[in-house]
Amino acid sequence: MNYVLIGVNHRTAPVEVREQFAIPEARLPEAVRALTSCPGVEEGMIVSTCNRVEILARTTNELAGLDGFFQEFYGVDPTAYRTHLYEYRDRDAVRHVFRVASSLDSMVVGEPQILGQVKEAYATARAVGGVNSQLDALLTRAFAVAKRVRTETAVATSAVSVASVAVDLAKKIFGNLKGKSVYLVGAGKMCELAARHLLAHGAEKIYVSNRTYDRALALAKKFNGEALPFDQLYDTVPQADIVISSTGAPHAIFRKEHGERFLSRRRNRPMFFIDIAVPRDIDPEMNKLDGIFVYDIDDLQQVVSTHVADRRVEADRAEAIVQLEVDKFQARLQTLDVVPTIVSLQEHLETVRQAEIDRVRGRLGSLSPEQELAVEALTRGIVNKIMHTPITTLKSAARESSEATTLIDLVRKLFGLRDAKADVREDEAAVGGGKSRMRR
Amino acid sequence: MGFMPLIWLRVAVVCYGVGLLYSLLLLSKKGNLLAKVVEPAVGLGLIFHFVSLVEATILIGHVTLASIHYSESLLAFLAMVVFFVFFVRYRTTTLGIVIFPIVFVLTFISAIGQTPVMITSPLLRNGWIFVHVVLIFTGYAGLFLSFGASLLYLAQERALKSKRQTSLLTWLPPLQTIDDIGYHALLFGFPFMTFGIVTGSVLAIERYGPMFFSDPKILLSFIMWAVYMLLLYTRWNSGWRGRRAAFLATFAFIVAICAWAANTFSRVHKFIAS
Repeated sequence: MNYVLIGVNHRTAPVEVREQFAIPEARLPEAVRALTSCPGVEEGMIVSTCNRVEILARTTNELAGLDGFFQEFYGVDPTAYRTHLYEYRDRDAVRHVFRVASSLDSMVVGEPQILGQVKEAYATARAVGGVNSQLDALLTRAFAVAKRVRTETAVATSAVSVASVAVDLAKKIFGNLKGKSVYLVGAGKMCELAARHLLAHGAEKIYVSNRTYDRALALAKKFNGEALPFDQLYDTVPQADIVISSTGAPHAIFRKEHGERFLSRRRNRPMFFIDIAVPRDIDPEMNKLDGIFVYDIDDLQQVVSTHVADRRVEADRAEAIVQLEVDKFQARLQTLDVVPTIVSLQEHLETVRQAEIDRVRGRLGSLSPEQELAVEALTRGIVNKIMHTPITTLKSAARESSEATTLIDLVRKLFGLRDAKADVREDEAAVGGGKSRMRR
Repeated sequence: MGFMPLIWLRVAVVCYGVGLLYSLLLLSKKGNLLAKVVEPAVGLGLIFHFVSLVEATILIGHVTLASIHYSESLLAFLAMVVFFVFFVRYRTTTLGIVIFPIVFVLTFISAIGQTPVMITSPLLRNGWIFVHVVLIFTGYAGLFLSFGASLLYLAQERALKSKRQTSLLTWLPPLQTIDDIGYHALLFGFPFMTFGIVTGSVLAIERYGPMFFSDPKILLSFIMWAVYMLLLYTRWNSGWRGRRAAFLATFAFIVAICAWAANTFSRVHKFIAS
């Protein structure tokens, strides 16, 4: 198969590292071209979202890697990021692609955006010629698997991003978000995303506070909001109905006594705190105050996951589907691997047969049409009998085990078949790309 | 109560029964199967109820409170009217979970009553008494609704705090809406209650002189009014809501029931001529 996949995601790397590898949409075609021009890389595509970067390639041989691409495009040595990067090959790479497309690898399992993002990445790579034949087969299958997971399990039901869960909760507390104000503590990406969602649902005023005032100012400008100095945080927070906190502070910024002060300043009007910082910015004790609702990132994710009664069972079912599909895909590819060998074996024996008939023709003298046919049938029969066992063995080996490659090599060696790789590639191209089958 | 009004009332009871069933289904978490029919059903009930009350009044010939059952029916009717006022404003039937059972029980009792306790006190021939009763009852209805809202508030608050996605969270209206309903129901009921008590006091002074204050019924009524006032004040002044407001509302509700029950011991406020 020779698939290689190297990536980072929300589980293996913090935002700072993911940011280094993230590729903006505009540069994606260029990146794909850089990838496919690397030595040993036949096809390639790149998925880059805020939660993950996946670099997928099909290489000419099992040993080829993507180090060259990392050095050329990112200017870094991938080994320096060994703790954050993961690398999958062949079967594991297929499995990973299926899981990503089916949203089983997402931060919020079952969220629907990722499939669209993978599809876009696929389209981009295809447009610049990064994807043809075998990657195409893999991705087409991945989309089908994602669809199967979506329709056959409840994993995707009412799964939404953390930001929209936050909006739903805010609506459950405040009803209409019209006229509500949002206070962003910290100017991170997640804060921005959540704020954007809340604004889209009617929230009106945005306040931003950040340790570096300039960043607060920049973010406030984006939303037409107001930047507030960080040292006035406790005095200004009670103005807001919804507080989203995502600072890098090592300790809680908001504690229960702050909450009490806020409530008395607000005459007990409810407040909704969303804590997306890790470690947490808000002491969970604050949730015990009447009128203050604190949700941290885990709570939000839990809300998402409890949407489906028996989520775990559904996720397990989805994983089982992926596993099954990986097996099917591998079996199919292996059968494809075997086909060219069988064909060239048949061709080889056919040439031998023809050559032998031609050689003895002179000595046989003139033959009646019946005799001609008899000779034809006799030689053909012998060849077929000899070929029968090797072919069936090859076919069953392809279906059942990973010995296929060894067997293919053995058969080729025994019968002196040449040009194996070229044949294999041509054949896969024909099947994967849906092109008409042509032999070189 | 005559024959026809009773028929209409019984039809109304059947309609309210749908409302009751709706509340029970919601409570048993069976979801809102009846959500689509509950509004027209109780609306129809309200119309029949109105017809019943009007016919009863016509039958007797003048505005009066002919029996205990008549006043129960009137109280239920007013509670339902207040409910509909809030329904039109907030578009939620969830409050019915508290209101429908109360209304159903009240109308049911007055609809099956074979031998109602006739109110024979000559005092009740006075039109002002009727005004007094309607005012007080409307005040009660506001209090009921507010009480119901504070229970729902507690439930919703708990659901939000538990952070688990219970079915409560999905069918209860947003916290703020429940809160608004509770507060506005109080605001709505308060002037009625106040004027009801004022008219009652004036009528009582006219008949019994200032002595009436020592009567348990009157005392309880004033306590209830004070609690009502306290509820409004804490809400208005320090924004009390949630648990504290619910406790106060429950207290007011209990005092209201006591005041209602105190008729038995009351000298001033009895319905049977001595």
